Amino acid sequence: MSTLFINARLIDPEAGTDDLGSLLTRHGQIVARTNGDEGVETILAAHGLAAADVQVVDCGGKCLAPGIVDIGVKVCEPGERHKESYKSAGLAAAAGGVTTIVTRPDTTPCIDSPETLEFVTRRAQVDAPVNVLPMAALTKGRDGREMTEIGLLMDAGAVAFTDCDHVVTSTKVFSRALTYARSLGALVMAHPQEPGLSAGAAATSGKFAALRGLPSVSPMAERMGLDRDIALLEMTGAAYHADQITTARALPALERAKVNGLDITAGTSIHHLTLNELDVADYRTFFKVKPPLRSEDDRLAVVEAVRTGLVDVISSMHTPQDEESKRLPFEEAAAGAVALETLLPAALRLYHAELLDLPTLFRAMSLNPAKRLGLASGRLSDGAPADLVLFDPDAPLVLDRFKLQSKSKNTPFDTQRLQGRVLATYVAGEPVYRKDN
Amino acid sequence: MQPPSFDQPHLLGIEPLRPHEITAILDLADDYVTLNRQTEKHSDALAGLTQVNMFFENSTRTQASFELAGKRLGADVMNMAMQASSIKKGETLIDTAMTLNAMHPDLLVVRHPHSGAVDLLAQKVNCAVLNAGDGRHEHPTQALLDALTIRRAKGRLHRLNIAICGDIAHSRVARSNLILLGKMENRIRLIGPPTLVPQQFAEFGAEIYDDMHEGLKDVDVVMMLRLQKERMDGGFIPSEREYFYRYGLDADKLAQAKPDAIVMHPGPMNRGVEIDGTIADDIKRSVIQEQVEMGVAVRMAAMDLLARNLRSARQAEAS
Repeated sequence: MSTLFINARLIDPEAGTDDLGSLLTRHGQIVARTNGDEGVETILAAHGLAAADVQVVDCGGKCLAPGIVDIGVKVCEPGERHKESYKSAGLAAAAGGVTTIVTRPDTTPCIDSPETLEFVTRRAQVDAPVNVLPMAALTKGRDGREMTEIGLLMDAGAVAFTDCDHVVTSTKVFSRALTYARSLGALVMAHPQEPGLSAGAAATSGKFAALRGLPSVSPMAERMGLDRDIALLEMTGAAYHADQITTARALPALERAKVNGLDITAGTSIHHLTLNELDVADYRTFFKVKPPLRSEDDRLAVVEAVRTGLVDVISSMHTPQDEESKRLPFEEAAAGAVALETLLPAALRLYHAELLDLPTLFRAMSLNPAKRLGLASGRLSDGAPADLVLFDPDAPLVLDRFKLQSKSKNTPFDTQRLQGRVLATYVAGEPVYRKDN
Repeated sequence: MQPPSFDQPHLLGIEPLRPHEITAILDLADDYVTLNRQTEKHSDALAGLTQVNMFFENSTRTQASFELAGKRLGADVMNMAMQASSIKKGETLIDTAMTLNAMHPDLLVVRHPHSGAVDLLAQKVNCAVLNAGDGRHEHPTQALLDALTIRRAKGRLHRLNIAICGDIAHSRVARSNLILLGKMENRIRLIGPPTLVPQQFAEFGAEIYDDMHEGLKDVDVVMMLRLQKERMDGGFIPSEREYFYRYGLDADKLAQAKPDAIVMHPGPMNRGVEIDGTIADDIKRSVIQEQVEMGVAVRMAAMDLLARNLRSARQAEAS
């Protein structure tokens, strides 16, 4: 089956362009695109197709972009299916324009063996309408002592290895795991943080945390963690992705490491790009994330780093928590926020604030994460999978958390005004989501 | 008597209070000091109301003070030692609050080990909530009783040089005092080792000193804070005796302050750690006993004002 998208604002992160044009997909792949308003017949004739064989989608001048590849999504299977299942996460992703979710292994039990990984892959295939690529733990039980069966896990489909927010504190264990991963060409994702300094912290140290009396951590803890990891990369030469860089102080270290030719990339979370520490206000636990929200200066510095490409990837860091985990005093409340559905509208805040243009946003949300994982998706070029999101960047909405597809409703954007709505999402050319009118 | 202008449903902290509301509490507290010094010390301001004291953290002095304040005003007072109770059985704070709310209390006095917990609880109940200390956040009645003590000793509560000394970082008393004394336009100095004094407090307009001799120069009020035992052994300070040597209030350091400077301590004291026993007992300098007395009066005033607002709010609802 072929689909022809006409009259679309094509957001091409590879070329950095944002132009009106048409896009033809066939057998799940992008096969052709044209700029301008060439007639339907001309395009079809050029590809030897009859009008009857082709479904035509008139995008009405709205944006068509490569679907989002979201690294670091938590789906709570196995263990806490009441918080999020593959089905609910898949529906949320489709509604949010996310066509590939790269899942975290910090489940209960964690995904540290080929057997648990196979369970997850099977569940994902049955239930999720989008592509699901699992990551596996780097050390058994995520407790930083013994490395997992990286080779067998790769054969079972693991695309990267991470202990998530658990820092491997032993540099010996971590350096060996990096060395071993390198020999297999495995990507290691880590959480740059000095765990001693950040132990027990619920906020970033500063005026706000001091006033609210919250245990806090200096933003320096992130740079210390990153510095350590960079030193280990120099030793081992492994492929490394920092899950979230959220502070200005960590950026020069990251830049030096890239200039020195290390195989390093970095991500950041949508929450750290669009919210700051003051949003916590009167101990609102939906704003408790890990690492904690930073100062406005840090936020702007990281937005700028996304613009320049120093920070490669924007992730949702989707972390479902049920009401009971959040209806607690701030220090006791669980960290994390759901974000699959709000990732794009929140990111569009940066576009509407004229901080980032759309190709830059999709470079960070689609192209770069796909590249880092060696996927062909994340672009609009011929031969790429037809994983697409059609959205209206200007459509306003007031977010109602109870309308989210996720089983958990812990979003910091509840009742907030957002601009930007997904109209349709396509995975391998097939629609997996269409907004009701 | 003209009803004082105090327009708050709860007393969760000093931060939401406006200066004239602080003055309203202190003025009424002055009346209650007079009442408390009589042999017949009873009023009916809270008659018919139920006051519940929920302490999720150990307290002897504050709880006794709130209990006495409620009883002198004619409230039915119940104490709940939450440490020993349902929290241990896994009940969440909100469930506990909802359960209690169903018993229709009118005044809820809460202490909790986590910052913000009392705010959270206040959102879920329909009675007046008084914060008796939440984590490292606020302890408003302590700041109010300190303010009353200062006002009575110095004749005013503005344009004073006030030093707060010791473990500022972990102290809700210090936070509430810093906010209150700042609102009333005093100059505040924070004195202590840098491990216990967050430098961010400079942004609130406080001056920060790590040398106590220098910091106490010409101050009108010296407020000492308690140093928790678990923070004495090498984590934040090298030892108890080094702390006393550098930051313990003794005659030599106090000599730097104004000759009529008063010495305060929220209690309980560690004699020989943060304060020399002879200074604590010096009735010419120390107002520590007065602080305890003012505590009862201030809590009576706060509960009285909240009860008035509660009654008029419920009346408005009914009509």
